Formats: sequence, structure tokens, C-alpha cells
Amino acid sequence: MTLPLAEWRTRFAYQPLSLGFAALVTSAALTFANQLTKPGIQAAEERDLQTSLEEVLPAGYADNSLLKDAVTIPDAAGQDVIVYRTRKAGSVNGAVFRTSARGYAGHIVVLIGVDTQGTILGARVIKHQETPGLGDKIEATKTGWIRGFEGKSLSSPPAEKWAVKKDGGVFDQFAGATITPRAVVKAVKEGLAFYASHRDEIVSDGKRQGSGV
Amino acid sequence: MSYRTTMRNGLWDQNVVFSQMLGMCPTMAVTTSGTNGLGMGLATTVVLVGSNAIVAAVRELVSPHVRIPVYIVLIATLVTIVDMSLNAWMHDLYRVLGLFIALIVVNCAVLGRAEAFASRSTVLASAFDGLCMGMGFTGSLTLIGLIREFIGMGTLFSQASLLLGPRFAFLETRVPGEYGGVLMMVLPPAGFLVLGFLLAAKQVLERRYAAAAGIATNPDGEQAAAGCH
Repeated sequence: MTLPLAEWRTRFAYQPLSLGFAALVTSAALTFANQLTKPGIQAAEERDLQTSLEEVLPAGYADNSLLKDAVTIPDAAGQDVIVYRTRKAGSVNGAVFRTSARGYAGHIVVLIGVDTQGTILGARVIKHQETPGLGDKIEATKTGWIRGFEGKSLSSPPAEKWAVKKDGGVFDQFAGATITPRAVVKAVKEGLAFYASHRDEIVSDGKRQGSGV
Repeated sequence: MSYRTTMRNGLWDQNVVFSQMLGMCPTMAVTTSGTNGLGMGLATTVVLVGSNAIVAAVRELVSPHVRIPVYIVLIATLVTIVDMSLNAWMHDLYRVLGLFIALIVVNCAVLGRAEAFASRSTVLASAFDGLCMGMGFTGSLTLIGLIREFIGMGTLFSQASLLLGPRFAFLETRVPGEYGGVLMMVLPPAGFLVLGFLLAAKQVLERRYAAAAGIATNPDGEQAAAGCH
């Protein structure tokens, strides 16, 4: 009545059907796993984002949940930038956002925190593909170079000094790598310019609160 | 095949990296430090054990004509589930290993073991084979990583505490004094260089062993060298 499995296996129809069955079972398993892990992954990613946002702010600077207080503003190039407001006791006292520039290999993404006057509270490179050992000195875990931006603003140093020393500016370059720090300086400077031109929108006390999330 | 032979094969005779020369993509890509090699090796071991066991369990059902696509689908699914689970529930570990896990799918050693061993062995033997092959892979990657890291940056096991937990921070060592490192060693070409030197070293060891065994009329050594291709 029932043919032994070994014989079924040689039939033509068995091949596509068994392959299809394998695809079906694995897809079901993946769907199930996706459902199961989705809330966990989402929570973990939000925690990561919150931690990285807080890294560019002095400890205790903000007492709000930055993720829930974001606005989306297009920059000069038309790209949407998500700006996270920081608040102390309800009033806006600064913002955190990403800015980027082309480095030696691909884009360098820098996260910067600024106060309402546009003075930098902190900056961190969060994504780059620069040469290990040369360009990666921009990472806070490798050297303290990125901390050199703290306390700087568009007026101090003056605009023409916003460059690496080789170009007549105030920021150090690294031996063997000028393009990388030059790109970071450019990214931060452009970020500050972006903030300056949208400051009112960002600081105006959250009429559009939460609209960007 | 005895468990003893399986273990010997996995760790030395048919070592994934140094004998089978499989999994070159992850081998070259992640061995810039000992910690990275170790992380990649451990993640691959978990997948190898799982994929070998699953393939062995369904080996009677899969016909020879469609076995390769079926194995690939099974392996890719397993890797994706491991990836998602780590991301959701062991997020700190995922931040370190996340980069490597997706790469396991393209590690042909996993498919290789499914095809060469698990498709004709019991579930238990296959899982054991996966474990041994995984350990051999882990050892090889860690060794290459350590050599490249030591010459390239003057450190050993840097950031190991991120992978293994703070208790393992003692593994992280630095060459005393100012050692700038040889940058090339952490760039891709050095991966091939180090692998080449290690392969040569393994050959020398095996020849010596075979020569010694030949005098002692032990054919085992000859087989070991022959199994290496």
C-alpha cells in the first residue's frame, strides 16, 4: 500500500515537493522566530540609541526621554535629520542629532550634542569605515581626539579656524591621516550651521513635540 | 567512524581552516584580533552543531537531487534564528558578535559538514562532529587573530571582556612600552600571509611526525598527511 520512503525519493514529483516543503517549514519557523524576537529587538535597539544619545551629553544634562522628544527637519541638502531635544525640568536646554561628511572611505557619521546657544556638549563618531590604525583615531575608545570639540561653537573658534591645523585651523590631524579628521571637522561644522539655521524650530518649546518619532 | 577519529579530524587531520581550506571568507575577514577570531569561531560552532544535527535528522527524507538547496535553506534559517535570538535576548553579546553571525551563512564549512558527514551519520555523531569541527575552526581563527593582533597592534585579546564578560579582562594584554604596531598585519593581505606561514608550519610538523612514525612502522602518520588536501 504505502511505498517505502526510498522509492518515493526517486520519483520526479518528490523533488520539487520536498524542496517546497522545506521552504515552507523554514519560512514558518522564521516567521515564528521573528514574532517572538521583535519586541526584544526593538527594546534593545531603543536602549542602544538612548545610550549613544546620552554619551554626547554631560551626565545629568537632560531628564527627559530623548527618543520621545524628536523632530524631523530637512537639512540644506534636503535630507531629513532627526533632532532629539534635551530638557531639564520641562524646558528645552539642547539637542542631539547626527551629521556626516565624506571621509577617506565612505561617510563618517558623527553624533553631536549642543546646548541652546549652539556650543558643543559632546561629539562621537558612530559610524565610519576609515583605515584601522590610521583613521580610526577619531573613535572615542581609541584616542581622546573627538573630545577636542567640546565647548567649541561656530563663533569660537571663528569660522575660518574650523579646520585641521594643516589647513590653518585649530584641530589636530593625525600622522598619516589628514582626510579623516578633516571630514569630521567638516561634519561637525556643518552640523552646527544646520543647528544655527533651525534653532528656533528646535528650541521653540516643543509645540511639535513627538511629531518626529 | 569512532568519536576519537571524529575529534582528531575536527581538531587536526581535517581542520576546517588548515586542511580543508574552507570558510576562507570569515577567516580572512574577522581575524584582525584574537577576540574577533574567538567570537566568530564560537558562533560558528553553535551553528555547526545545530545544522549538523538537523541535517542528520532529516537525512532519510531529503533526496540526493535536491539535498544542496535543502541544506542551504536549513542552514540559512538556523543562522537567522540565532541572529535574531541573540539580538533580542543577549544584546550585549550581539553587539560584539552581530557582525559575524550573518557571515556564517556563507561559510562553506557548514554546508561542507552537512554534505560530507551529517547526511550519512546519526544525529548524535553529527552533532559531535559539528562540535569538533567548530572547536578546530575556533582554535585556528583565534590563533591567526592573535598573531595578527600581536604584530599589528601589540595587544593580545583586546576587548575580550566585552565578549566573555568582565571576569576575562585578565586576558587583555599589551606589549609593554611604546609599540606602534605594523599596520599591514591588521589589513587583509596579512590574513593570507599568516595563513600561509601557519599552513607551512603544519606541513612541516606532519612530515616530521610521518617520518618518525614511518620508522616506527606506524602507518597512522602517513594517513594523516594523506588526509590533508
